[in-house]
Amino acid sequence: MGDSLLTVEGLRKAYPGVVANDDVSFSVKPGEVHALLGENGAGKSTLVKMIYGLVRPDAGRMTFEGVPYEPSSPHEARGTGVAMVFQHFSLFEALNVAENVALGMENPPKQRQLSRQIREVSETYGLPLDPDRLVGDLSAGERQRVEIIRCLLQDPKLLIMDEPTSVLTPQEVEILFETLNKLRAEGTALLYISHKLEEIRALCDSATILRLGKVVGTCDPRASSARQMAEMMVGQELHTPSREMKEPGEIVLDLAALSVKSANPFGTSLKNVTLQVRAGEVLGIGGVAGNGQDELLAALSGETPAPSDAVKLNGQEIGHLGPNARRALGLLAAPEERLGHAAAPDMSLTENALLTGAIREDMVSNGFLNWGKARSFAESIIREFDVRTPGPGNAARALSGGNLQKFVIGREILQRPVALVVNQPTWGVDASAAAQIRQALLDLAAAGCAVICISQDLDELMEISDRFAALNEGRLSAPKPAKGLTVDEIGLMMGGAHDLEVAHV
Amino acid sequence: MIRLEKRPQPSQFWTAFTPVLAVMLTMVAGGILFAILGKDPFVAIKTIFWDPILGDFAFYYRSQLLVKGAPLILIAIGLSLGFRAGIWNIGAEGQYIIGAICGAAVGLAFYPMEARWLIFPLMILAGALGGFLWAMIPAILKTRFNTNEILVSLLLVYVAEQILASMALGPLRNPEGSGFPGSRNLRQYEAASNQELIANSGVHWGVIAAFIAVILAYVLLNRHMLGFQIRLTGQSPRAARFAGVRPNLLVVFCLGASGALAGLAGMFEVAGPAGQISIDFNVGYGFTAIIVAFLGRLHPVGILLAGLLMALTYIGGEAAQATLGLPAAAIQAFQGMLLFFLLAVDVLSNYRVRIGTTEAA
Repeated sequence: MGDSLLTVEGLRKAYPGVVANDDVSFSVKPGEVHALLGENGAGKSTLVKMIYGLVRPDAGRMTFEGVPYEPSSPHEARGTGVAMVFQHFSLFEALNVAENVALGMENPPKQRQLSRQIREVSETYGLPLDPDRLVGDLSAGERQRVEIIRCLLQDPKLLIMDEPTSVLTPQEVEILFETLNKLRAEGTALLYISHKLEEIRALCDSATILRLGKVVGTCDPRASSARQMAEMMVGQELHTPSREMKEPGEIVLDLAALSVKSANPFGTSLKNVTLQVRAGEVLGIGGVAGNGQDELLAALSGETPAPSDAVKLNGQEIGHLGPNARRALGLLAAPEERLGHAAAPDMSLTENALLTGAIREDMVSNGFLNWGKARSFAESIIREFDVRTPGPGNAARALSGGNLQKFVIGREILQRPVALVVNQPTWGVDASAAAQIRQALLDLAAAGCAVICISQDLDELMEISDRFAALNEGRLSAPKPAKGLTVDEIGLMMGGAHDLEVAHV
Repeated sequence: MIRLEKRPQPSQFWTAFTPVLAVMLTMVAGGILFAILGKDPFVAIKTIFWDPILGDFAFYYRSQLLVKGAPLILIAIGLSLGFRAGIWNIGAEGQYIIGAICGAAVGLAFYPMEARWLIFPLMILAGALGGFLWAMIPAILKTRFNTNEILVSLLLVYVAEQILASMALGPLRNPEGSGFPGSRNLRQYEAASNQELIANSGVHWGVIAAFIAVILAYVLLNRHMLGFQIRLTGQSPRAARFAGVRPNLLVVFCLGASGALAGLAGMFEVAGPAGQISIDFNVGYGFTAIIVAFLGRLHPVGILLAGLLMALTYIGGEAAQATLGLPAAAIQAFQGMLLFFLLAVDVLSNYRVRIGTTEAA
């Protein structure tokens, strides 16, 4: 162990009712890319938060470069040489890149000097980024670069990355991997959290697999198959989503030249979006984040009103109707942002079941609520979608991301929608939960529902879509049959997506 | 070292216990304040908290508790609905004044008719309607022009005070009052008076209304869709829109309900304890009710208890002024401390305190 950079021994962290980590040990050598694998709720996030000084362990020891390491704050962790890129970006849209970087630094230099440093680092590591641009105008991939550069300016010895590729296009992933390989060559160690097993096989030197807070195994990702790793992680056999092909039915959802202005000043307005989805069909909508995905979902859910003839459900004009009137007709939606949009963080799961289920599940009579029904609806979601939680009385924010996602998607599916729109249904969700959600969407379509799946995960879209279209700056490309589409064709459909060219700087 | 650690869920124990802790901390800090002023802190605290309920003159003070508590509770219940939804009606004092003027005006218009069955209910309606309409001004300005309801409702208090003064000097002045400002005394006009229902208990119709408001608010918040929408909007506005809540409707409902309840409180006050419209009719119930609403954690039952506690500090404070010679400002500072400590210890319901670095790391 003498040459390892970071060693972790017997780390334990318990929260009321859950043991997030129990007796976790592993070590990372300089220049090693070490993967942390595990399902949602396996304790990966808690583990890296302890290493980054955000959470204090209850028991166990850590050493960094052979010296005992007990960070009490991220500040101390950064001082020691540990940096972290979070899954959720903490950036201010109205400030430019350099200002955002300065906000995260201990002693930021003057703006001009900092801009120069940012340019130097971005050139050295092949991360093109203009320090003077407003963060609000950047794509998700570019925003991530801001976070990475912020870390690199501190010259870290260990860089922690929490699911860095979940919002990136394939091309952006390639750029990121080149950067990470350069860092590795310079001797920087990386602790890499991801669910995407192929990625881990391509990038990582070793992997520690966690299940229910404990280390269940280690492996060499290059020597193991993705399936082997997934099964270690889940503790059971995996099945890939499957279904029988059948002829699509009547047109259910019909958008005709839908144009809607975005409510958000940094948002993207929808321009002339035209599409039809038939009963029993899954339409996949791809595109780089921020090209109108949120706006499309809001226009379909009824949060943003549209011209009444621009949206039709089974021939009925519904553009002017609000969310509840659309729900009554059978058009349901599950937005991307789980906490604060699809679910209220501080409310219980029962209350969150009521949030969209009130009308179709008949939980209201004369305005009075039937809590019994809401509770049993919440219980049936928890049961049928395998949501890991002590019970429906728990607050939504106490669930891990993947479990809450299962709850949110399950809540809509169990209401027997006529048409369902989901945005990023498996974002930040582990392999087995993602497979489960995709299977549920396919089963729903097989039962005759029209499904629109908006996602940035192309593999996911290719796996479940019958037809594929892409959003680019608020415009939707003409949908094409998904079967037989090549990566190049998809790239063209996502066309002009701002990051494609710079991939080879 | 002391650190705060966010709880995965708000602690139910601390949510209920923080008000009690805040009251205890207020007693300690208040005691120090009184000691610095040269009074015996124990006697002062006893005069404020003990004597009004169990002291020698408690028979008088106890009825005052309900008289002072009822308007506070009535107004605070209304305010709590809006506060939960993030709609900030700061102008309950103005709605209280306008409700009193409308209620009194209806009563006085019938003078000296003796049809109590007609006049008193009409006054109640007029009081509620007056407060409701006064609150509709910030509501409509907000929904139409997106103005800030905090500013508009607050500034309308001062407009209402001017209207009150002109009413006391003009249209509502007692024609037999030898030219003194102020209306006829409604307590002496039986058909319009808000009498004590049980002798010496302090229970008048406003107290009944306050209890009904507590129950209705409880049912609304826990059993009704509208109450759910109010809570949802306060917690996450975006999820509320997704759930089909119409924000403008909620603004109109919350401001309207709080205005109507404040107007009712004003009407019961002018027809009962105060008796008449006068220039200095309003004594700040509308503002104190804001403290009551938060002290009661925006929960109907909490507000009931907080209203009574606040009434106690008023009555005890007056007693302390009279018997110990404590300045009025000291009592106000004491009430302010209560809100301050409440907000300060509030953090415990969402965070746990961890002390020391002794834990194994």
